Amino acid sequence: MSITIIYTIATLSAIGTSAAVVLYFVSRKFYVYEDPRIDEVENALPGANCGGCGFAGCRAFAEACVKATDLGDLNCPVGGNETMNSVAGILGLESVKKETRIAFIRCNGTCDHRPKTSNYDGATTCAISASLFSGDTDCQWGCLGYGDCFDACDFDAIELRPESGVPKIIDDKCVACGACVDACPKNLIELRKQNPRNRKVVVACMNKDKGGVARKACSVACIGCRKCEKECKFDAITIENNLAFIDSDKCKLCRKCVPVCPTGSIIEENFPPRKVKVDEKLVTTTEN
Amino acid sequence: MLKTFKIGGIHPPENKLTAGKPIEVLPLPTSVFIPVGQHIGAPAVPVVKKGDTVRVGQVIAKSSSFVSTNIHSSVSGTVKRVDFLADSSGYPKQGIYIDVQGDEWIEEIDRSTELVREFNPDSEKIISKIQEAGIVGMGGATFPTHVKLVPPKGMKAEVLLINGVECEPYLTSDHRLMLEKPDEILVGITILMKALKVEKAVIGIENNKPDAIELLSKKCKEYKGIDVIALKVKYPQGGEKQLIKAVTGREVPSGGLPIAVGAVVNNVGTTFAVYEAVQKNKPLFERVVTVTGKMVPNPSNLLVRIGTSTSLLVEAAGGIPEKTGKIISGGPMMGKALASVNVPVTKGSSGVLLIPDEEAARDQVNPCIRCSKCVSVCPMGLEPYFLMTVSEKQIFDRAEEHHIMDCIECGSCSYICPASRPLLDYIRFGKGKVGQILRSRKK
Amino acid sequence: MSNLFTVSPSPHIHSEETTRKIMYRVVYAMIPALLWSVFVFGLDALWITLIAVAACLAFEYVIQKYLLKVSPSINDGSALITGILLAFNVPANLPWWIMIIGALIAVGVGKLSFGGIGSNVFNPALVGRVFMLISFPVHMTSWPVASDDGIDALTTATPLGIIKQGLTAGTPVSELTSELPSSVGMLLGNMSGSLGEVSALLLILGGLYMLYKKVITWHIPVSIIATVAAVAAIFWIIDPQSYVSPIYHVLTGGLMLGAIFMATDMVTSPMTTRGQLIFGAGIGIITISIRLFGAYPEGISFAILIMNAFTPLINNYVKPKRFGEN
Repeated sequence: MSITIIYTIATLSAIGTSAAVVLYFVSRKFYVYEDPRIDEVENALPGANCGGCGFAGCRAFAEACVKATDLGDLNCPVGGNETMNSVAGILGLESVKKETRIAFIRCNGTCDHRPKTSNYDGATTCAISASLFSGDTDCQWGCLGYGDCFDACDFDAIELRPESGVPKIIDDKCVACGACVDACPKNLIELRKQNPRNRKVVVACMNKDKGGVARKACSVACIGCRKCEKECKFDAITIENNLAFIDSDKCKLCRKCVPVCPTGSIIEENFPPRKVKVDEKLVTTTEN
Repeated sequence: MLKTFKIGGIHPPENKLTAGKPIEVLPLPTSVFIPVGQHIGAPAVPVVKKGDTVRVGQVIAKSSSFVSTNIHSSVSGTVKRVDFLADSSGYPKQGIYIDVQGDEWIEEIDRSTELVREFNPDSEKIISKIQEAGIVGMGGATFPTHVKLVPPKGMKAEVLLINGVECEPYLTSDHRLMLEKPDEILVGITILMKALKVEKAVIGIENNKPDAIELLSKKCKEYKGIDVIALKVKYPQGGEKQLIKAVTGREVPSGGLPIAVGAVVNNVGTTFAVYEAVQKNKPLFERVVTVTGKMVPNPSNLLVRIGTSTSLLVEAAGGIPEKTGKIISGGPMMGKALASVNVPVTKGSSGVLLIPDEEAARDQVNPCIRCSKCVSVCPMGLEPYFLMTVSEKQIFDRAEEHHIMDCIECGSCSYICPASRPLLDYIRFGKGKVGQILRSRKK
Repeated sequence: MSNLFTVSPSPHIHSEETTRKIMYRVVYAMIPALLWSVFVFGLDALWITLIAVAACLAFEYVIQKYLLKVSPSINDGSALITGILLAFNVPANLPWWIMIIGALIAVGVGKLSFGGIGSNVFNPALVGRVFMLISFPVHMTSWPVASDDGIDALTTATPLGIIKQGLTAGTPVSELTSELPSSVGMLLGNMSGSLGEVSALLLILGGLYMLYKKVITWHIPVSIIATVAAVAAIFWIIDPQSYVSPIYHVLTGGLMLGAIFMATDMVTSPMTTRGQLIFGAGIGIITISIRLFGAYPEGISFAILIMNAFTPLINNYVKPKRFGEN
C-alpha cells in the first residue's frame, strides 16, 4: 500500500469524522421541536400541495389540524372524507363528514350558440382578454375559451375543447380544489354538490342582461323568464338580475325544470334517457 | 440641435395624411348618445329624463365628486331616454339618448368669432368656469382640467407646458387647430397661466409641423411669457413626462406627478376649449376628430358634436373601405380597437383610424431572442422583456420591484419586438394586478 | 372572419423587424469572410461549411419534430448561423464526421436542451466547437497551409500556435517574428487558421454592416478588443522579448471572429450597454490570460463561454438607466 493511499484515507476519514462531530453538535444546538403528530398527519394527506384546503400546502394544513380542537372547518377536498377520517383518527378528534363538491363551468355559449362579433387578436389568455374588453361576442358574461382554468388545474380535470370554444370539467378527476374558480376572470366556475353518478342539473349561464339582450347574444342564454322557478317544487331555484340559479344543495334532481326552459339554458347530465316523450330540442346537455 | 427626451423612443412612419386638410364641420346627426362617463373619475349623474327638451350647451349630467365633471348636451332636441350603450370596452355604460331637433344653443354662449383677449384674472374664478364647462384633457387622457389646475398642498407650479406635439402617427387634429385657431389658443394659454399663477408658458411642437411652429412662434411674441420650442420627431414625445424632460430638462420622479417638478401640462385642444369656456361661455360639447387610414377615400379633420356615432364620421370620410381589418379610436400606438363602428364620439376621441386587413393582423409570436431592443426603446428605462415574463408567471412582487407601475403604456416595446411578442398586453395586465395589490395594501 | 373587425390591445402597428431578418443579416455579414476562406483554402472550406449548415438544420428539424414534438423552427435562420459559425471555427480539412458530431452537440446540447432559441445560456456554436476541440484535439489543431494554390497536404501551426510554442520554449520574440506573418498579412487574411479567423479585414467589414443595420452595437466588440490590446500592451511594454505586441493578439486567433460574431450573440449576451461593456471586458481579460499564462494558444472560445455563464448575473445587477431615478 503506497503512502499516498494511506494519507488519502487518513485525511478523508479525518475530514469526515470532524464534519460528523460538528454536525452533531450543531443539530443539537439548533434543534426545533415539532409535534411528531404533524408528520403523521402530513403522511395521511394526499401530498398534492394544491392549496384547495386554503392553506399553503399539505404541511401547513397538517400543522393547522394538529393545532385545532375540532376539525369542523378543516377539509382536504382532494382526499375527501377518507383522508379526514384518517386525520381525525391520528389526532383523536371527531371526524366531520363533509359533502364532496365538484366544479362546473356555468356557460354553454359554444360557437354554435353564441356567434362571434369581433376577432380577438391579442395574447390568448382569458385574463388579458378580459382586461381588454367584454369578449369577442355580444355576451359580456360568457366564457372566453382561452383556458386559464385549464392552466390552473393541477389534476388534469379540465378538457379544452377548441371546436366548441368552452372547456369542460372531467368529473372523475375534479377534486374541487378551487384553483380554476380563482383563475376564471369571468367567475364562471362554481363548486357544486357532487351527486351520485355525477348527475347534475345546472343553469349553464351567467348572463345578467335583460332577456331580449341575452337571447340575441346567445341562443341558450337564460332570459330570466321564471318558468323554472315556478316549476320547482323544492324551492331550489332563485331568479336574481335576470338570471336563474339552481342551488345544488337543495336540488333533488327531478329534472322537471329542464324541459320548461324556453331557451334550453338548463343542463342535465349523466341521466338515463327519459321514459316520457319530451321535445328533444328542449333538453340540453353539454354535448350539444 | 432639437431638444428631445434622452431615454428610448421609436420612429414609426408618420402617415400624417390629413395634415393639409382644413377642419370641416360635420353636419348635425339625427340622434346622439352622450355617455356620462367620458373622463377619469366618477361618471356624472344625469339630470334630465325622458321627454325633456334640451338645448346645445345645457347641463345634462352633473359632476358627482371633485375628480369628476359636468356633461353638456351637444345638440338641441328631446331626450329619448337615459340608457346604457356598449362603449369601446364592450361593457354597457350609462348615457343619454337625444333625438336632434334644430340647433338651438343656450343664450349664455357667445357665438361670435371675434377674438376676446380680456378676462377676469382671478384664478379661482377661472378654475370654477373651467370646471363648470366640463373641460377635460383632450389629448385622450380625459383628466378633469380643473383638478390639474389646483396643485396639491405644498406644491407650486412654475411653468405651464402646452402639448402641441401630437406624436401619434396619423393624427392631425391638434396640428390643424394650431394652424387655424392660433390666437384663441394663445389667449387660452394666458388664461391658464393666470389660473396657475405662473409667469412662463412653453408650447412644445414636434418638428414635423413647421407651419404651426412658424405661425405660433410669430404670434406668441404678442403675448407675455409664452415661448414656442420645436422638438425632435420621436415617439412618445407627447407623453407628459417626456415633454417635461425635453422642454425643461427635469425628470418627474418615479411614482410622482409633473407638479413635483413645477410643471403642469395641457393639450392644445384643451387650451382651445378653455378659451371658449372662459371667453365665450361655451362648455365642451364638440371637438376635432381626424378620420384617416391608408385606404380611406377622403381622410379628413372633422369638427364633431360629442355623442355623434363614429359611423357618421367614417361615412363622411368616404365609408369603410373594403378589407378593413381594424377600426381604432385614437392613434395606432395607444388607441382602442373597436368591435363595432357604432360607438359614440367622446371628449377624448382624437381620431378614427381604419387599418387594412394585411396590416391589422399580428404576426405569429416567437420566442424572445433577448435582442434587448425593447429595453433600448422604452422611454421610461424599464425592461419590458422581464416585466412580461414576471407578469405572465404572476410573480407580482418582482414586477413591482422592477417598477412596472412606471410604465406609460406607450407601446414602443411591442412595436419594436422582432419576435412580435405581446409585451404590452402582459405588462398592462401586470400593472393592473400590482395596482390592485398596492390599493389593498393602503387600506 | 371577413366582416368582423379585429380587436386587440394597443399598439396596432408594428415595425418591419422580424427575428428572421435579423438572423439573415448576420449571415450576409459573414459571407465576405466565407468567400475569402474558400479562396484561400479551396473547395474543402465550402464543403465543410455545407456539411455544418446541413447538419445543424437537419438535427434541429429532427429533434424538434420527433423528440420535442414542437413545430420545427429551422426557418428562423438561427441554425444556419450556428452552422456557418461552426465551420468558421474549424480547420478547412476537418473530417466530415467530426463536424456532424459537433453540429449535433451545438444544436442538440447547446441550444435545444436548454429550451430552444432564446433560452440557451451558452453560445451553441462555441459549445460545439469546444466539444470538438477537447474530443478531437489533433484534428482540430492541424491547420492546412494557406497558399496561392489552395491547400496542400502540409499542415502548419497558426500564428498564436507558433508564438505559444516558441515562448514556452524560451525563444525570445525577436526570433519568432520571422516565422509570423506581417501585420498587413494578418489583417488581409494571409495566414493560416480556421476558416473564419483568417481575414480580420473582412470580419470587420461584416461587423460594420451589422452595426449599420443595427443588429449589434459597438460595445461588445470594442470592449473585448480594447481590453485584450490594453493588457497585451502592458505586458509587451514591460518585457518585449517575452510578450508579443498587441497587434498580434488583436489580429490573430479568432479574436475578431469571436468579438464580432460570437460574443455579440444576442441570446447569450447582456441586455444593457453597460452590462455589455462589463461582459466584453471580462472576455478580454480571460482571453488574454489564457493566451499569456495558460496552456492553450487560443483563449477566446473559453472566455466567451465563461462570460456567457455570467450574463444572467450581469443582467440581474446592471439595470438600464431609469427615467425619474432619483
